[in-house]
Amino acid sequence: MSGHIVPVRVYIGVFLSLLVLTGVTTWVAFIDLGPVNTVVALAIATVKMLLVILFFMHVRYSGGLTRVVILAGFLWLALLIALTLTDAFTRQWSPLPEGWGASTATPQSPR
Amino acid sequence: MHDAAAHSYGLAHHFEDIEQQHEAGNLGMWVFLVTEIMFFGGLFAGYAIYRAEYLPAFEAGSRLLDIQLGATNTAVLIGSSLTMALAVHAAQTGKRNAQVFFLLLTMVLGATFLGIKYVEYAHKWEHHLVPGLRFAPDEMLKPGTSLPNVQLYFCFYFFMTGLHALHMIIGMGIMAVLTRMAWKGRFHSGYYAPVEVSGLYWHFVDIVWIFLFPLLYLIGGRY
Amino acid sequence: MSTANTEIAAAPRVHYLNAQYGVKSWLLTTDHKRIALLYLGSITLMFFVGGSAAVLMRLHLIEPQGALVQPETYNKLFTMHGVVMIFFFLVPSIPAVLGNFLVPMMIGARDLAFPRINLLSWYIYIIGSLFTLYAIVSGGVDTGWTFYTPYSSTYAHTQVIATALGVFITGFSSILTGLNFVVTIHKMRAPGLTWFKMPLFLWAMYATSIIFILGTPVLAITLFLLALERLLHVGIFDPALGGDPLLFQHLFWFYSHPAVYIMILPGLGVVSELITCFSRKKIFGYTFVAFSSMAIAVLSFLVAIPSAIKVFNWTATLYKGSISYQAPMIYALGFIGLFTMGGLTGLFLASLATDVHLNGTYFIVAHFHYIMVGGAVMAYLGGIHFWWPKITGRMYPDMWARIAALIIFFGFNLTFFPQFMLGYLGMPRRYAVYPAEFQVLNVMSSAGASILGIGYLIPLIYLIWSMRYGPVAPSNPYHAKGLEWQTPSPPPTENFEEVPVVTEEAYAYGSEEGAHA
Repeated sequence: MSGHIVPVRVYIGVFLSLLVLTGVTTWVAFIDLGPVNTVVALAIATVKMLLVILFFMHVRYSGGLTRVVILAGFLWLALLIALTLTDAFTRQWSPLPEGWGASTATPQSPR
Repeated sequence: MHDAAAHSYGLAHHFEDIEQQHEAGNLGMWVFLVTEIMFFGGLFAGYAIYRAEYLPAFEAGSRLLDIQLGATNTAVLIGSSLTMALAVHAAQTGKRNAQVFFLLLTMVLGATFLGIKYVEYAHKWEHHLVPGLRFAPDEMLKPGTSLPNVQLYFCFYFFMTGLHALHMIIGMGIMAVLTRMAWKGRFHSGYYAPVEVSGLYWHFVDIVWIFLFPLLYLIGGRY
Repeated sequence: MSTANTEIAAAPRVHYLNAQYGVKSWLLTTDHKRIALLYLGSITLMFFVGGSAAVLMRLHLIEPQGALVQPETYNKLFTMHGVVMIFFFLVPSIPAVLGNFLVPMMIGARDLAFPRINLLSWYIYIIGSLFTLYAIVSGGVDTGWTFYTPYSSTYAHTQVIATALGVFITGFSSILTGLNFVVTIHKMRAPGLTWFKMPLFLWAMYATSIIFILGTPVLAITLFLLALERLLHVGIFDPALGGDPLLFQHLFWFYSHPAVYIMILPGLGVVSELITCFSRKKIFGYTFVAFSSMAIAVLSFLVAIPSAIKVFNWTATLYKGSISYQAPMIYALGFIGLFTMGGLTGLFLASLATDVHLNGTYFIVAHFHYIMVGGAVMAYLGGIHFWWPKITGRMYPDMWARIAALIIFFGFNLTFFPQFMLGYLGMPRRYAVYPAEFQVLNVMSSAGASILGIGYLIPLIYLIWSMRYGPVAPSNPYHAKGLEWQTPSPPPTENFEEVPVVTEEAYAYGSEEGAHA
């Protein structure tokens, strides 16, 4: 039965890299980089994810169909988040019509 | 009619050969993981919206998490992914004792993760940080952060880590079954698909945490 | 009808229906054909549950001030009608019944890739249905099938949680079915069956499965969040507590718009099979039709174009074909006309300027019923009739089948065409009362609904009758192409004696005598 056998030293190497990256991301959280903090955190998390996918999950040694399936999943997730954010980021664009605005009486939940 | 001589142990009757079964199992698990990406994805989308909307409240909530426990748990889970990969390796190379050892070690690390999670949840419970149950953080909130918005942060904290923990528990169950099968010598170089496929699931759960850790624990502006 | 030529053998004594007897052999089966029949039974039950709600609604709307129920009850009726028909009938219908039965047979396999997961998906469907049926009998839910917040999360006093959980659970049934189909189609095709030799029904099942896999989980998590908010009173979607009701809508529609393509793509696949068989011609533009299925799944906002491609291809297939008008063909032809009308009216709704006038009116109701009922349900019935001999080993009475198809076609148009006019004239949807000047059209619609209801009851009767008393069917009563027809009717449990090898193109109807009954 086919199935690539990944050498143990590769697994150890990936494991150590993951630990190091965890330490780095935790350390960076204590440094003020403004909005770049988020970018760095997500970038590191992405690298960690890629290490797990490519080596622990053997995708480095897998065929095209597996990769297409994974890409489709991430693409669809990106679509969900991106499209939803387009609403959040553009709420301020349309001015409220005349007479509309936050009413002083906030409806209370009936419970 | 498929040839009886070609029938190897563990081959289901509707597959032509073990190769086809192995490939189908792998593809099936990957497709399932894509559904899990979208399932968790809905929570990540909600998180993204509310974090963009209420960043100060989310930062305040994040500061109330224990960053050391979170980082430790991350290391624990990464370790369990290593042991899982080594268990698959042992199955591929037909080493029975190594299989059992690494599967058990994976379970131990998984249990450690859940134990630390329990400690964190208990702490939240004691400090009235559970949404909907008389939510009342001890810490004085900065002006500009409203209590409902901090509660919203904790909604996502509990929902996302809770759903993740549920997947861990299911994973532990799967590991238990695999350990028993491995003990009985079921896996060898000609048949190890269940271990490989369960490994994929376990690594996926690890990846979800790889994102949960920075998004929940590290946004507190702790400087 | 000639039975001499393309028969394989007389129906064998042992086949999948009689290979094992007893309730356990059905409830614990892993045979995809038996699971398809389990689904057929449960889905038919849910169809009549949802249909009863519709009957009560149409009876109520005979009078402008409402003839039957309180407005609160009316709200529950349209909600339950929508929830049951969409999630418990339309979404599973063709995939879970015809797909489960035919996918392995059409690709020359003995079963789906994961037979036990297939059975699990049926049990999940049943559990979800029980939650929803419980909700119906214990007070119902009145939020609309769209569950918009904050009404559903905060203010409604009805069985929102039970219904949301029912739909949440049933979603996993679809996910597992889609997963099974994708893996099966990728990995278990018979030797020689390349992607472009597959019947178009398989392309349709594949495209539908992609939407199942990518979309349904988002609905699941959304409904789960809704249930949690109702339970814990935290403000995920409640603006009074800092939540965002539009977030619910974004998450909900991320599934629900592709979901309408889940509901029509399988029907499009069935129609391709029916048109080719009953014109004795290969499909015009196979590649276009195959790719248009994928385009509908992936580019759902451009759906008008791929849909039009299909309609043109079917029409070109019919041109100079040798056409016969058996019941499945009547359903297929009806589908083409009604689906086209529904699709064209969708353009008015997609276009902002006209949608301002039509949104929230009965025009929308008519539009989607033309597609869902005039389209999907007719395709489902056409497919059930077409493959009935294969599934049960019996022929249905053709005269009654044609009469029923025509009654359904007539009743359907009488029900829903007046609703286009009502919508254009301004009658809002989801209202228990309406201005008196709309009464004539409403009464016409209700009259049509009663005819439609009778039309649906007729096949229920003769199909059940045929299982016992219908003439025994040969293996290929319509002389159709496709691997499923190369087996006896009903097929043996293992489907094929030997793994078939595929050499010819799909729909190789070529030169035939063309003799029909």
